[in-house]
Amino acid sequence: MRAEARPQAPFGRRPCEVADSRASGGYHIFTLIDSEGPAPAPGQFYMLAAAPEWGGEGGRPYLPRAISYARVAENLTGGLRLDFLIDEVGPGTSRLARMEPGDSCHLTGPFGSRFSLPRELNPEAAGAILVGGGIGIAPMAVLRRELVDRGIPSRSLLGFRDQAHSGGVDELFGCDSTRLAFEDGSSGHKGYVTDLLLQLLEGDDASSAAVYSCGPPAMLEAVRQICLQREIPVELALESPMACGYGACFGCAVPKADGGYLRLCIDGPVVRGEEIATAMAGEPSVG
Amino acid sequence: MDLSTEICGIELTGPVLNGSGTFDVLAARRVFGDALVEEFPFDCYVSKTITMNPRPGNPPYRLWETPSGMINSIGLPGPGLEGFLERDLAGLAELGVPLIVSVMADCAEDFEVLVRRVAARDEVAGIELNVSCPNVHSGLIVGEQPSETEALMKALRPITGKPLIVKLTPNVANPEEVALGAEAGGADAVSMINTVKAAAIDPGDNRTWLGVGAGGLSGPAVRPIALAQVRVVAAAVEIPVVGMGGISDAESALEFILAGARVVAVGTENFRDPRAGSAVTSGLPAALARRGFGSLAEAQSARLD
Ligand SMILES: Cc1cc2nc3c(=O)[nH]c(=O)nc-3n(C[C@H](O)[C@H](O)[C@H](O)COP(=O)(O)OP(=O)(O)OC[C@H]3O[C@@H](n4cnc5c(N)ncnc54)[C@H](O)[C@@H]3O)c2cc1C
Ligand SMILES: Cc1cc2nc3c(=O)[nH]c(=O)nc-3n(C[C@H](O)[C@H](O)[C@H](O)COP(=O)(O)O)c2cc1C
Ligand code: FES
Repeated sequence: MRAEARPQAPFGRRPCEVADSRASGGYHIFTLIDSEGPAPAPGQFYMLAAAPEWGGEGGRPYLPRAISYARVAENLTGGLRLDFLIDEVGPGTSRLARMEPGDSCHLTGPFGSRFSLPRELNPEAAGAILVGGGIGIAPMAVLRRELVDRGIPSRSLLGFRDQAHSGGVDELFGCDSTRLAFEDGSSGHKGYVTDLLLQLLEGDDASSAAVYSCGPPAMLEAVRQICLQREIPVELALESPMACGYGACFGCAVPKADGGYLRLCIDGPVVRGEEIATAMAGEPSVG
Repeated sequence: MDLSTEICGIELTGPVLNGSGTFDVLAARRVFGDALVEEFPFDCYVSKTITMNPRPGNPPYRLWETPSGMINSIGLPGPGLEGFLERDLAGLAELGVPLIVSVMADCAEDFEVLVRRVAARDEVAGIELNVSCPNVHSGLIVGEQPSETEALMKALRPITGKPLIVKLTPNVANPEEVALGAEAGGADAVSMINTVKAAAIDPGDNRTWLGVGAGGLSGPAVRPIALAQVRVVAAAVEIPVVGMGGISDAESALEFILAGARVVAVGTENFRDPRAGSAVTSGLPAALARRGFGSLAEAQSARLD
């Protein structure tokens, strides 16, 4: 079984109606109706900008924001319903979270690479292990759905800082085969989600594992190291600053393992663990 | 309304180009498919700047958003001259619009090779010279020195009869002097402005945000600077000016034409809307009419008081 090629994005940005918008566990979920675009593939993202008033006080946000879709469904009256999970960290994400039903949002995409299926990563794979952190649970939720639809077993490990940064879990993940870690110990395992991953890999036959991960850079780098050391195939959905999302600006550089840079918006955001030099490019500790 | 025009002999269906380095058509075609070519947003395509040798570009971060603009420090990643000629050029020739290739080098000798090799290709209508880079011999940034710019143009002019366009940097006190140097050396046009030198401080750590410390500002934030510079340069030189810097719609494009630009280029706005070039073009007739112009040519020959 192979994953289909990535879908092609319609040329240009298109206005989409906001159908729903609500708070969820410290995050925010909103729904856009896309009447033009193709169904996106797990791991892909869109560039979003509230219309018409995007630029807020102080002139930001100015550029559109890269946001992964968290769920896709057919819309009853045609087109797609795209759900997005938002962590308000600055003016762009705050503006997106403030959109109300009936508002319009510019959307371009879907953009970027998709997750492979477990057997494409590891012919011996018995199933998938999904490791999500914070807002990074959105692409994991999409991948989990896809695996369920294809009858491929998966286990989800989700990590959060605290309850105020743990939105979308109930809505996007069934509680079965999902384990939670909270750094503040407020529920689930007290500590990092990578602790859960290590436990699982010790109990399991690591040779039949395929790991997928999305979350903060430090978590992704930890997952990457754990998997590379054990020669477990791993795909990571990375983030980087992005201006365009379609390869135009060369701004989203991530260092490759063999030198040079990839453009995360077109060569990623899903990359193989061994493809990149670090999942923490640009972070202070890496210089 | 007829928007056709020309720039130093290159016939154009309209006055909207792209800014070099702001629209990688080869990547965009993979993302958007043939619709990109069928509905190509520009009347002329300007390639990103090509260098002699392949370059990886700058370490991250490369982007910082500012009020109404952005700072970039991309660092001219690219395949180098040979890679460009062998792999990229064919794809750029399929766009159905004239092609201008941007080149940069750190000495006149390399500039000569770039211009000779690129100009020899039939697919290429003109060459833009990105002179915002230090000359290894003098240590001076060519585009900041009228004499260096003139000397470089004099060295390059005999190589080709194809149009040579000098891309001016705004990071000078008197851009018209550099433009006059370019004209004296035989340039066919100047394009302006390149990005404005800029820096950003990391909000979380006590360090600069961009991987190489500083970069260049673009977008609507620089538009007033660009308009002022286009105005003085267009008044000083006889050769035509390609105007750019924060153009986001037909109104702002027309402002550049009124400031003295013959044609315009859209840069950063492409990141917000991949069809920004088409949006500028489709808005131009109404924008021209609103200001009382019956044609693009009338606006091109209008003089501001
Ligand atoms: C492929 C991809 C998928 C993503 N998916 C999601 C998702 O599903 N949900 C979600 O909530 N987020 C997602 N993100 C992250 C999201 O795009 C960013 O959080 C968003 O762009 C932040 O914009 P902002 O204006 O809210 O915050 P900003 O003010 O831009 O701040 C966010 C961070 O950027 C830096 N920063 C601060 N100021 C600036 C500035 N002026 N210019 C540049 N950087 C600055 C700082 O490190 C800051 O912590 C995704 C990112 C990528 C690349
Ligand atoms: C991401 C980015 C990359 C650029 N790369 C180049 C380049 O390779 N060569 C060049 O001459 N100008 C380059 N420029 C400058 C633009 O062509 C243009 O002169 C400048 O951005 C001002 O126009 P704008 O405000 O419409 O973007 C770049 C600008 C940006 C934002
Ligand atoms: S975000 Fe512009 S090239 Fe990737």
